[in-house]
Amino acid sequence: MLVVAFVSFSLFNFVGDPINNMVGEETSDEERYELRETLGLMDPIHVQFSRFVVNASKGEFGISYQLRRPVSELIAERLPATIELVVISALIALISGTLLGVYTGINRKSFVSDVILAVSLLGVSLPTFVIGILFIYLFAVILGILPSFGRGEVVDLGFWTTGFLSISGWKAIILPSVTLSLFQMTYIIRLVRAEMMEILQTDYIKFARARGISEESIKYKHALKNGLIPVITIAGINIGTLIAFSIITETVFQWPGMGFLFIQAVQFVDIPIMSAYLVFIAFVFVMINFIVDILYYFIDPRIRVKGDSVSG
Amino acid sequence: MDNNINTTWSRIKDSDIFFSFKKSPTAIISSFILFIIFFCSFFVELITPYNPFDPSSLSLMEAFTPPSWTEEGLSKFILGTDGQGRDMLSTILYGSRISLIVGFSAIIFSLILGVGLGLTAGYFGGKYEMIIMRLTDVQLTVPSILMALLVDGIARGLISREMHDEMAIYVLIFAIGISEWPQFARVSRAATLVEKNKDYVSASTIIGVSNLVIMFKHILPNILRPVLVIGTIGLALAIIAESTLSFLGVGVPPTTPSLGTLIRLGNDFLFSGEWWITFFPAIFLVILAFSINLLGDWMRDTLNPRLNK
Amino acid sequence: MSFLKIKDLSVNYQMRKETVYAAKNVNIEVNKGEILGLVGESGSGKSTVGNAIINLIDEPGKVSSGSILLGELNIHEDPKNIVKYRGKKIGLIFQDPQTSLNPILTIGEQLIETIQTHLALTKEEAKERSISLLKEVGIKDAAKRFDDYPHQFSGGMRQRVVISLALCCEPELLIADEPTTALDVSIQSQILDLIKKLTKERNLAVILITHDMGVIAETANRVAVMKNGDVVEIGITKEILTNPKETYTKSLVSSVPPTNKKISRFVIIEKENNIDNKNNLKILNRWTKKKIIKQDLVQVKNLSKSFDDNFFTESSKNSVMAVNDVSFNIREGESFGLVGESGSGKSTIAKMIVNLFKPSAGEFFFDNVCVTKIKQNSEMMKFRKQIQMIFQDPYSSLNGRLKVRDIVSEPIKLHNPLISKNDLDSYVFDLLESVELAQNSADRYPHEFSGGQRQRISIARSLATQPRLLVCDEPTSALDVSIQAQILNLLKDLQEQLNLTILFISHDLPVVRQMCDRIGVLRDGKLCEVSDTEDLFLKPQHDYTKELLRLMPKIESIYN
Repeated sequence: MLVVAFVSFSLFNFVGDPINNMVGEETSDEERYELRETLGLMDPIHVQFSRFVVNASKGEFGISYQLRRPVSELIAERLPATIELVVISALIALISGTLLGVYTGINRKSFVSDVILAVSLLGVSLPTFVIGILFIYLFAVILGILPSFGRGEVVDLGFWTTGFLSISGWKAIILPSVTLSLFQMTYIIRLVRAEMMEILQTDYIKFARARGISEESIKYKHALKNGLIPVITIAGINIGTLIAFSIITETVFQWPGMGFLFIQAVQFVDIPIMSAYLVFIAFVFVMINFIVDILYYFIDPRIRVKGDSVSG
Repeated sequence: MDNNINTTWSRIKDSDIFFSFKKSPTAIISSFILFIIFFCSFFVELITPYNPFDPSSLSLMEAFTPPSWTEEGLSKFILGTDGQGRDMLSTILYGSRISLIVGFSAIIFSLILGVGLGLTAGYFGGKYEMIIMRLTDVQLTVPSILMALLVDGIARGLISREMHDEMAIYVLIFAIGISEWPQFARVSRAATLVEKNKDYVSASTIIGVSNLVIMFKHILPNILRPVLVIGTIGLALAIIAESTLSFLGVGVPPTTPSLGTLIRLGNDFLFSGEWWITFFPAIFLVILAFSINLLGDWMRDTLNPRLNK
Repeated sequence: MSFLKIKDLSVNYQMRKETVYAAKNVNIEVNKGEILGLVGESGSGKSTVGNAIINLIDEPGKVSSGSILLGELNIHEDPKNIVKYRGKKIGLIFQDPQTSLNPILTIGEQLIETIQTHLALTKEEAKERSISLLKEVGIKDAAKRFDDYPHQFSGGMRQRVVISLALCCEPELLIADEPTTALDVSIQSQILDLIKKLTKERNLAVILITHDMGVIAETANRVAVMKNGDVVEIGITKEILTNPKETYTKSLVSSVPPTNKKISRFVIIEKENNIDNKNNLKILNRWTKKKIIKQDLVQVKNLSKSFDDNFFTESSKNSVMAVNDVSFNIREGESFGLVGESGSGKSTIAKMIVNLFKPSAGEFFFDNVCVTKIKQNSEMMKFRKQIQMIFQDPYSSLNGRLKVRDIVSEPIKLHNPLISKNDLDSYVFDLLESVELAQNSADRYPHEFSGGQRQRISIARSLATQPRLLVCDEPTSALDVSIQAQILNLLKDLQEQLNLTILFISHDLPVVRQMCDRIGVLRDGKLCEVSDTEDLFLKPQHDYTKELLRLMPKIESIYN
């Protein structure tokens, strides 16, 4: 975690001169100097660096070069939008992806499976932004039933702003979250399917068949339980990827979340925002990995009793 | 020599892969489509009558012409024109060339980097392997599109604004390439670990063959199959990543637009009814990525020994 | 009246170019209380028959004709009904206990589920039944271990659990498909005893599928010999083994290494290769043959090797001593055998001698030079040239991407970079001829050859550097018994002609008896006993050696 923060700062620290990117050609040297002072860019590197680490641990990342507002404030403002979007998308992707993956893995030869697979392959080939544009065109421009941008009516709960408490908020989240989840869903379908197919060919499934265990129990108890173990890992990676891809979805739907903020930061080389975003992402990933490891411990008996010596 | 070619050809003809290719309509159709796309994109000057980047041939009078089959369409612009009167079909083909060049270069770059690191990590093991694998783990948890965005962001800071448009394409190749290498490193390391424990490697060591020769002459050819499969799928991902970055406005500049840039430019006209400007590049991109994925999917099923017993 | 009657059973696989018959018109009958041995080499269709009985053939294979009668019941009449008989009427045991059990269900869950599928019992009753069954198959603390997961059992114990699962609904027919092949000799005999005991006590009809004639001799009442999907011969075990009628059975029986005597060569009835040049090896013209002087070529002194077991803990406290203070000598020109069960450290010793592993402690002298102290690469190359190795698995020991010519010529070019193209070609041909392979083999790829032929290529490659010591690590244990006999003959011939010194590593005592002059017995990394071969077999000193000799399946036991 610290390492990532470390790397993120040291990288950005040597990247270009933000002043040139912020101001126009006509700005005078005095004005530039003043700006440097206020942003703390005149201090020696090690001072800037240690200040960065101290502030980062307090959740402060300085002042945005471009918007000239504290980064922490900007992030706090945008965070709820992104989290709501990602959570809804993750649920859609995981639930439907796993169900369809199990179905296609078990019914290898059925027509429905072939259709699902063809569609899922198309899903992998559709860039998120293309899906977004198609959705906007279809549902917003032609049918006009769903909004094409923004979060709809937002309720402010003080520390959190949510779109879940209004109808327009729910309407607004449908298109972005489906768009965001589609790409991930197709991945999950294919991974779960491959896993199920491999498990159905193992010796222990064959032995279960040889004992006369019913096909239903073999598929939905013996195979499924084993097949779901990797889904935990997938879920972890999935959430991380969703956060990254929310950048694109937020841009397409002009969703006021962190991704939208970040992409503007990249375009304007707004380093405080970029480094804050990176630190935030790193934090999320570390948390996800931690949770996944704990879940594994409870679900897979092979890990749980690894320390025990083999006896018998 | 002639004989040699003949036997090689008959080996190919006799192989299970060729047999499976013949029996798979999806594989044949997708490779046929890909062939056409590649051909048209690389020989675009010979195929299209217009050069969309020659300002003298453009006429603003002809801007926003819809596709030829609609009422206001002109037969000389099959897919219509964009806001500057550029022929959409030619623009798409020029754009697809940029996308393909970036995609291929990026994937080759990451393939060489990833296989090189993965192979050596798997072969030598120890601390070196640990460092490389930790690096891939860290990078794999960071989604590739984010990685590419970050690299691109850093590069933008390092390169002056004037240089940027010129350098953009190289930055993009580097950014996508650097974000995809862990996949190759992982797969080639895993395959190397399997191969390394096979007795033919031990036999070579006992004979006295040097590490370098063992790695590149003996192990490398044996790990290429899985690498090629993820290479194909990776190509589709790279092309999508390129268009995504360009769509976000941090990729190829509008002066030499790729498919992603075209979609972004056309997106602005979507609400005013000029759907074709964004629609055709998008469909073209999807067909391209879909064909590559179909081919990659078929390759994976065919080359996977476990599912093909 | 026989209990199981298999009538005209055929199984075919629809392949890309042709239809392959894995079993052709097989007719077999088995009585209750009887063990029928189904024996054959790989690809003979013996497992196919076992799986076909319960209609468990993998795609694209299918049972194309035939009927299977269980008492009065034709169980193949309605393929959908077969599920009911699996487990209930027919139990099946597979080869590998490591993969036969579902890793994330406890053995109790798996037992209860199987019992409740077929019998109308409550959960408690099923549990009670499972525990008494586990006791019956010899699992201690059955009630306690009931809730353990499969990976908490050792290999032999797991196979007992598998047997209890196969028997939990009291089937009348048990099919055991190579039930002991994955196990060590000592555990093998326990499992076979268990199967014999259960056959008697429960009056089971048993089909025991195996490739091991020794196992057949010790357990089966009757035996059916299969080849290429046909039943070649069927009859009382003793008659088949002592007085075989068919040529194939004869060759099979004569290929089995006898356990009670040493023979000079195996009698080969059907030969895989037609080339036979054993009297004028052209390779001898190139070979600088060493005079055999009766002195030690190899001296191993206090050799140890430990592997750090990082898997469980980070500390090196848990390191496993794979080889522990082993010393022995090998005289020039002799065959020295190392025997032991899996995990005894025999392969680790081989790898230290060919310099694949560095020893943790101890020294190894070759021709009176201490090889373990060599630092320089050029010095090491001199020794690499003189010590070569043949591996167990003929499929992984050759690089599938290279032609045979390139495989065999690589060591020649490496140690003699200036050799001319023509000379190199004729060298390769001479080497191929010395292992009885045709010249046109050179331009083919390894996958075009059978296991035995691949092993010959492997030998040709190892001879290319003109070694003095040949380390053979289980060179025939992956091969069928008739091929094994041919390879062992070849090794004996080559040793004689080229004055080779051989270190022969095997778990198979009969084979070692045929091949070696002296033998060392290894257990858990320690050397128990070294003595001349005949002394070891006739008057073993160490208790472990005595135990191994007692437990080894003996084909001759049929005479008693």
